[in-house]
Amino acid sequence: MFGDYSIGDLGAIFAMQGFAGLILFSVYVLMALGLAIIFGQMGVINMAHGEFMILGAYVTWMTSGFFQSYLPSLFSGYFFVAMILAFIASGALGMLVEWGLIRHLYKRPLDTLLATWGLSLILQQAYRSVFGAREVGVELPSWMMGSKQVTDTIEVPINGIFVMCLTLAITMVVAWIMFKSRWGQQVRAVVQNRVMAGAVGINTEKVDRYTFGLGCGIAGIAGSAFTMIGSTGPTSGQLYIVDTFLVVVFGGAASLFGTIASAFTISQAQSTMEFFMSGSMAKVLTLLSIVAILMIRPQGLFALKVRK
Amino acid sequence: MSDEKKTGLHSPLRRKLLMGMAALPAISMLPRTSFAQAPATAAINTTGLAVTDTEVTVGILHSVTGTMAISETGSVQAEKLAIEQINAMGGVLGRKIKFIQEDGASDWPTFAEKAKKLLVNDKVAAIMGCWTSASRKAVLPVMEQYNGMLYYPTFYEGLEQSKNVIYTGQEATQQILAGLDWVAKEKKGKSFYLIGSDYIWPRTSMKIARKHIEGKLGGKVAGEEYFPLGHTQFNSVINKIKLTKPDVIYAAVVGGSNVAFYKQLKAAGIDLSKQTMLTISVTEDEIDGIGGENIAGAYACMKYFQSLDNPNNKEFVAAFKKMWGEKTVIGDVTQAAYLGPWLWKMTVEKAGSFDVDKIAAASAGIEFTKAPEGYVKIHPNHHLWSKARVGQAQLDGQFKVVFETPELIEPDPFPKGYQ
Repeated sequence: MFGDYSIGDLGAIFAMQGFAGLILFSVYVLMALGLAIIFGQMGVINMAHGEFMILGAYVTWMTSGFFQSYLPSLFSGYFFVAMILAFIASGALGMLVEWGLIRHLYKRPLDTLLATWGLSLILQQAYRSVFGAREVGVELPSWMMGSKQVTDTIEVPINGIFVMCLTLAITMVVAWIMFKSRWGQQVRAVVQNRVMAGAVGINTEKVDRYTFGLGCGIAGIAGSAFTMIGSTGPTSGQLYIVDTFLVVVFGGAASLFGTIASAFTISQAQSTMEFFMSGSMAKVLTLLSIVAILMIRPQGLFALKVRK
Repeated sequence: MSDEKKTGLHSPLRRKLLMGMAALPAISMLPRTSFAQAPATAAINTTGLAVTDTEVTVGILHSVTGTMAISETGSVQAEKLAIEQINAMGGVLGRKIKFIQEDGASDWPTFAEKAKKLLVNDKVAAIMGCWTSASRKAVLPVMEQYNGMLYYPTFYEGLEQSKNVIYTGQEATQQILAGLDWVAKEKKGKSFYLIGSDYIWPRTSMKIARKHIEGKLGGKVAGEEYFPLGHTQFNSVINKIKLTKPDVIYAAVVGGSNVAFYKQLKAAGIDLSKQTMLTISVTEDEIDGIGGENIAGAYACMKYFQSLDNPNNKEFVAAFKKMWGEKTVIGDVTQAAYLGPWLWKMTVEKAGSFDVDKIAAASAGIEFTKAPEGYVKIHPNHHLWSKARVGQAQLDGQFKVVFETPELIEPDPFPKGYQ
């Protein structure tokens, strides 16, 4: 297994794989953060999470087209505009969905699974009708492509660094919102005890709507970022949903910190194993170990201590 | 439809009488020639297929929903175009082709169920359809049990032959061997890195490729990797490719994974104008999603490219774009799907009958000189003789043909020494 490589090679391998793992980690955090807010804080199983991501991706695609046609001189910076628009679009759709669908189901959390699954099918078909069944190609400004040479053997892809910075920024903003802002305190109060929170004057309906909107908006940003590394088609969202739930459940649903820790564990394990065995085998082993750990610790890596 | 079902309830004699009566006033209005061309329905349809004096019904069975819709949309479009063109020329044995389209929904049991519905309820004379090998394998027993005729358009792994299927795409050897020979000779490729999606087609293709590389070309395989369908993270394998520095990356990654694969290759600094890359799974359709700038320089081995420079293809591309829009692109499978209705029409006319057994027997030797890919002929094993071509991807998403085999390659679904 190690025999084919020299010591120098192995050093480079671990450095490169470690970095590949970090990129994967950032991708997982981006995917899962929105879901962790919705699933962890509100108990809503949002099967349409992937479709909210793809909405962000389509918004990015349309923005890139718009800039190419009307503002070609500003094309190099379009991505930032696209991410903001993606956040707004997915967030707005999220709030609409919360108002039209989810709020009627808060007392029946398992039904949210069915309802949002139906929603995901509706959204997929809507994308297919509007944008066509084929995948669309999102063109990136040239500075976002290519890689930085660190040593002879180690090269770092720029879009990887971009995703990492983005993840860091979003995680910090979310952490600030959830743990420092007044609104975040309200969210957490509602999560812990909805009736009591209502009794002390928190408008729980409004909190729910904005929480759902925030989660979907972050999905939109994630989708926008994934146009750099993945495909954009009506059903592309499905590619992410399993991994996303895996990360959130493994981390302990209600804990944002757990989501990050679990994304880190899964991505590093996956990335290291991928190097020494085939991609499919690495995936199988990752899944098996997650299953094993969840059997021992069904509540996930980090669970909120709640009095039952 | 409803009319056919109603008459079907009556006795055959009464049905013929009714039809004859209905046809009487029509006969006087028809131009003499077309009437003379159209033989009596009873003579050319002895097995109760959906053939009337003026119409013949075929089935189109592809996924227009689910994950395969991205790929199969082009096939549906090509088949509809071919049917429209055939109808404009007067149809098949004087009968206009009508089609019933069913959605396989990217789900193999659904494919089998819909195929049965088309054969048993609708009595279609032929089915144009399927894309993945999995869907074909699900449909095959139905075709054989109810004696239908399937025109299957995708290049595939071979190891199959049926009297009820005409394979209009390449089988494995027609695509793989010629491409590898070319890359070994022209690009001095000695070491190969094989990478594919994890299911039957890439695995079988890679098995054949490995035998050819190690056995015939005297090269070596630097690595072989498979990733689950829909996988979007290729950083690890890209690192391995960088370390092993193969002469050639040989890829059979399918669907949306392709987009991730090529974008990440590009981002990792692998320049496809320097690193030779040969793919058997990227057509113009996939490049639409990947983006020309991410794949420019890579080679693909197919039998058809939209950029083929011949009069047949120019006509075909123009007609396709006229029907489906200026922005559509045409990939290898789309062209193979276009062949289906034409080959069926010619076979029916050669057999002088819509009966499946007669068509199956008459298929061997059918030549289609107006094929966009140039010229094709059906082999007795129900695959096509065709050329293999290598194209280099350009920034605009089209391929520039850099090589084609001088002769048509004989299809060999069960290649000796490669199994």
